[in-house]
Amino acid sequence: MPAARADEADGEWRMPARDYASTRYSPLAEITAANVRQLKEAWSFTTGVQAGHEAAPIFAGGLLYVVTPYPNHVFALDTAGKQRWKYDPKPQPSSQGVACCDVVNRGAVYDGGRLYFNTLDGNSIALDARTGKELWRTKLGKIELGETITMAPLVVKGKVLVGNSGAELGVRGWLVALDAKTGKPLWRAYSTGPDKEVLIGAGFKPFYGAERGQDLGVKSWPPEAWKIGGGTVWGWISYDPQLNLIYYGTGNPGPWNPEQRPGDNKWTAGLFARDVDTGQARWFYQFSPHDLHDYDAINENVLVDLPIGGATRKLLVRPERNGYVYVIDRASGEVISATPFVHITTSTGVDLKSGRLQYNPKTQPKPGRVVRDICPASPGAKDWQPAAWSPRTGLLYIPHQNLCQDAGTYETSYIAGTPYVGAEVRMKPGPGGHRGEFSAWDPVAAQKRWSVKENFPVWSGALATAGGVVFYGTMDGVFKALDANSGEVLWSFRTSSGIIGQPVSYRGADGKQYIAVLSGVGGWAGTIVSGEIDARDGSAALGFVNAMRDLPKYTVKGGMLHVFALP
Amino acid sequence: MSLRCLSVALALGLAPSFVLSTQLRVCAEPDNLPFSHADQSGFENRIAEVLAHDLGAKLVYSWQPQRRAFVRKTLGAGLCDAWMGVPADFERVLTTRPYYRSTYVFVYGKRPLRSFDDPQLAALRVGVQLPGNDMAATPPGHALALRGAVENVVGFPVYGEHPAAQRIVEAVAKGELDAGIVWGPAAAYFARRRSLGVSEATPPSALADLPFQFAIAIGVRRDAKELRDALDAALARRMSTVERILDDYAVPRTP
Repeated sequence: MPAARADEADGEWRMPARDYASTRYSPLAEITAANVRQLKEAWSFTTGVQAGHEAAPIFAGGLLYVVTPYPNHVFALDTAGKQRWKYDPKPQPSSQGVACCDVVNRGAVYDGGRLYFNTLDGNSIALDARTGKELWRTKLGKIELGETITMAPLVVKGKVLVGNSGAELGVRGWLVALDAKTGKPLWRAYSTGPDKEVLIGAGFKPFYGAERGQDLGVKSWPPEAWKIGGGTVWGWISYDPQLNLIYYGTGNPGPWNPEQRPGDNKWTAGLFARDVDTGQARWFYQFSPHDLHDYDAINENVLVDLPIGGATRKLLVRPERNGYVYVIDRASGEVISATPFVHITTSTGVDLKSGRLQYNPKTQPKPGRVVRDICPASPGAKDWQPAAWSPRTGLLYIPHQNLCQDAGTYETSYIAGTPYVGAEVRMKPGPGGHRGEFSAWDPVAAQKRWSVKENFPVWSGALATAGGVVFYGTMDGVFKALDANSGEVLWSFRTSSGIIGQPVSYRGADGKQYIAVLSGVGGWAGTIVSGEIDARDGSAALGFVNAMRDLPKYTVKGGMLHVFALP
Repeated sequence: MSLRCLSVALALGLAPSFVLSTQLRVCAEPDNLPFSHADQSGFENRIAEVLAHDLGAKLVYSWQPQRRAFVRKTLGAGLCDAWMGVPADFERVLTTRPYYRSTYVFVYGKRPLRSFDDPQLAALRVGVQLPGNDMAATPPGHALALRGAVENVVGFPVYGEHPAAQRIVEAVAKGELDAGIVWGPAAAYFARRRSLGVSEATPPSALADLPFQFAIAIGVRRDAKELRDALDAALARRMSTVERILDDYAVPRTP
């Protein structure tokens, strides 16, 4: 590759995870641990949208792109922050009442002069990145059935990969590949059902016995329960060009309570490796068979090659919602290690021989029974918020929660002519009393190097840079720069609203390194502020409000892009 | 609250809740018979009309499907003042005194099903409403699981065209299901039109503290105590009319 082009690529940030390996590592090194204390806000831009801003800003071809939560406005800004164009997809307002956990959007992708993104009401859209002109729009989800789309797409080999959200509502999960030129569907892989619809064929070689057998996506469920079985695909996708495989996780099984869906409930709460050309599955690993705790397995998969047991292996490192950091052979699907990174009471470990999570029967939810100290809580040890990997330090920087929950007896609830009872779930801080943490994890040694405790869950993404600095934001609105080696806080900046977005870095037209992040609190953790929920309502937001009652004292809602540089 | 009403209220120096004297704004599901419908043919529509008339207020609807977090997105967002027909102990809202109490019921075709102790229970195809929320189920859903009835139970998500109760009753009428266990007011309304059997469902003894009956009230915002009191007074005055409407729709009632 000519030097000039490589340089240009170095300075861009074309997809939320920056690269197919999902490292969120910027090779730019102008901002260092020695000078980051001088970092100043260069400019800011208000999006005018109040819901939680989870997206990563995208920088390509000299423009910065931002997708807001519903109503999913797209802004193109020049490097001085001046608006070049704005696009309004006009999503159906009813989609707001369907989304489970705030009306978020996790970002757009730039590829070949086009910008691709999804709308809450289930459309995938391609825009001309220069002009903002709509090139195609494909309706993928049905709002009437509870389907929404919140994920950022991934574009691989001329295919736009998109999955759905809404597992709690009886939605059947899928991932679809659209032709990037036309928006026409090329293949669709369901997360439940018969092998031919899951795209499981002769090439399917899972590592563990529990994943072998015909039509397990039907047989590991009560008859027909798979048709509304969940396993939605609303998180992150990685791609290994050499193996030609994509990797992505599937959400929790739904919408039944666990006792009404005996079986492993394949292929929910697990990880698929698929051939990107055909969609055919290569292997699958189930993190949480017969999920009991809403442990969606949609987290990011960081693809790295590391020396383990004397040889360099192609690995997939994955901090999982159930509380373990998994190190997996990404060619075979073998779990090499699974090590707790938070306090766990729902399981006692992962049996590496069978690959199976060992549930703790004492913390299993049962209707009418009070179960205390279920750790991690339903949002897991970590939810969607993506970690960053630095090849420079060999550490994975994980933004995460420290939350447990108590499940009480019946609580009367009601929807559309159906009174019912749910377990009264109330989340609370885990051991130590803090609700969040930012941890540096060594996947080779399988141990935590350092961590910073945070008052609130760390619901933002992480950014690592070649300058030896890592960045993240807090829900009470502080954007922080840490020494990548020691975890020492070197710099911080107070933003107008809490941060649940994904920080990125790019090189501006002036050749300088910039750091950009969206503030705008919300998401499942922050709906108490963005949705103005009554703090007395502890079980609101599926029990999250109980752990977040004090957040409104720290921050207000409202989306804003902040851009920083050295003077 | 419309701007004009607000300005009138402020001009008179009244608290905004007294805007009620001109308008009663009700959020209602547009496709949820027998409770409510956009053509105002539901029994909750008729009860709301009676109460609004009693209070000398104009009845104004905001048609909103009851989806996730509907309280926050409707009452909480100021789109309306009241939701008809919420459980009396529904924590998200302040409620009036209940105006009826009903129960989950069995709905069946040729083959009667009247008890969770029926020895054939696990072999019967039974439909239940799926509320769609993590780990939640209707009380009959829990009772069926306790009895090991899992293989032949069919869940009907509340999302979809027409109410889940209607889809279940239609499936029983067509013989696709042997029975359904459905919230009483909806079950009775649809079953009557298809001449199916209906009988009260009582919980198995091991789940004696699981509620199968719910008292139903009107929900208002938690700070709208004056509106709640006004609605309570109107309900007390109009209870015989309300009872007649409930009779018209054959709403099964329990003491």
